[in-house]
Amino acid sequence: MAEYQCPGCGYIYDETLGDDHEGYPPGMEFDELPDDFVCPDCAVRYKEDFLKNPKQSD
Amino acid sequence: MRSYAIDTQDDGLVTYTDNKRWLWLLSLVNPLIPFVGIAGQVITGNELWLLVPLILMFGMGPLLDWTFGEDENNPPEVLVPQLEQDRYYRILTYLTVPLHFIMFFGCAIWVGTQSLPWWGFLALTIAVGFSDGFAINTGHELGHKRTRLETTLAKIVLAVPAYGHFWIEHNRGHHRDVATPEDPASARMGESIYKFARREIPGAFHRAWKIEYERLGRKGASVWGPQNEILQSYVITLVMQLGLIVAFGWIMLPFLVIHNFFSWWVLTSANYIEHYGLLRAKQADGKYERCQPHHSWNANHKYSNLLLFHLQRHSDHHANPTRRYQSLRHFEDLPQLPVGYYGMYVVAYIPWLWFKILDARLLALPHINGDLNKINMDPAHREKLIQKYG
Repeated sequence: MAEYQCPGCGYIYDETLGDDHEGYPPGMEFDELPDDFVCPDCAVRYKEDFLKNPKQSD
Repeated sequence: MRSYAIDTQDDGLVTYTDNKRWLWLLSLVNPLIPFVGIAGQVITGNELWLLVPLILMFGMGPLLDWTFGEDENNPPEVLVPQLEQDRYYRILTYLTVPLHFIMFFGCAIWVGTQSLPWWGFLALTIAVGFSDGFAINTGHELGHKRTRLETTLAKIVLAVPAYGHFWIEHNRGHHRDVATPEDPASARMGESIYKFARREIPGAFHRAWKIEYERLGRKGASVWGPQNEILQSYVITLVMQLGLIVAFGWIMLPFLVIHNFFSWWVLTSANYIEHYGLLRAKQADGKYERCQPHHSWNANHKYSNLLLFHLQRHSDHHANPTRRYQSLRHFEDLPQLPVGYYGMYVVAYIPWLWFKILDARLLALPHINGDLNKINMDPAHREKLIQKYG
């Protein structure tokens, strides 16, 4: 399970938690999100812009 | 006046004082302008006072923009976290929420209980509508934030102008599609505001419901259930507006219809101005380039920016939608409007004047430099525009 972060606004998609508000259940992998997924908070960045495990690379 | 400071390794001590700090209190006066008309009528007995709110809005707006001029003050980036934490700024946005309700009900009661001349009724109702159009601006600022309190307040305040779908439409639709032909809330070159409104108002409604329908579908929740965030706001609107009709009778029907229309019209006016003709390029993979600062029109006029929570620093807003209003920055060399929104609204209502001023500015932008292929153009006017400018 990994975390993916929007490089623009900092929103984090945590695969362990999913995103209940958006309808992505816990355990749903980032790759399984729809191809036209955009950041739920800023809608500026697309799926392919997201950074994997940002905290580990800090 | 409060100042912010941070010790940095590279630049030493960085300090910042917001020279507009107390002036932001003006945002609390703005929703109450229609009361000036009622107060004047009560004090003098003269019904002509009912015309004053509209005069204040459209006369004073451009005049004070002209008087106080532009403001290019930016907070240093390292101090933005401190500035965002300062609760003073967000309390102002919270306080504007009840003010919109007080003004709306106050004026509705006045209209419902006094026998006003038709022109006084009309002028006051339009002024209330315009004023509640700015409730959409408050809802906009609150709706972009991540705290539950703020997004809840956004849904509540959007109930006043009966525009509960705005939150979803704007954050998830407009910000995703901005400055593309697919966006009903981005105006095309050659498109008058009157044509734009007929595409924008139904288009926004449709897009909001589509996005919410898909989200609820993923959750397995009913579209007609309490989890629908559009309906949450609509329910408040329904209770308020039906309640007024029950309380004061059929006079409320024209009041509400005119009020709602002019509230929406304020949003249409702002949307029309904010991205007129600007176009994001399509990449090789078929997606649009990410929204850049040169995909929005800006105005740095101090007075209108104070009333609008820096909405006119629109490029930074689209680059960083979750950034709070006090932190939005001005940048050089971006698409700039000649006057603030209040003045530009009036220009937009006169299409030939709008085209004359804005088409020249659009073509002169450095990233466009006369290239019509880099403009979001109304297909119906393409031939004519190519003949004229090609």
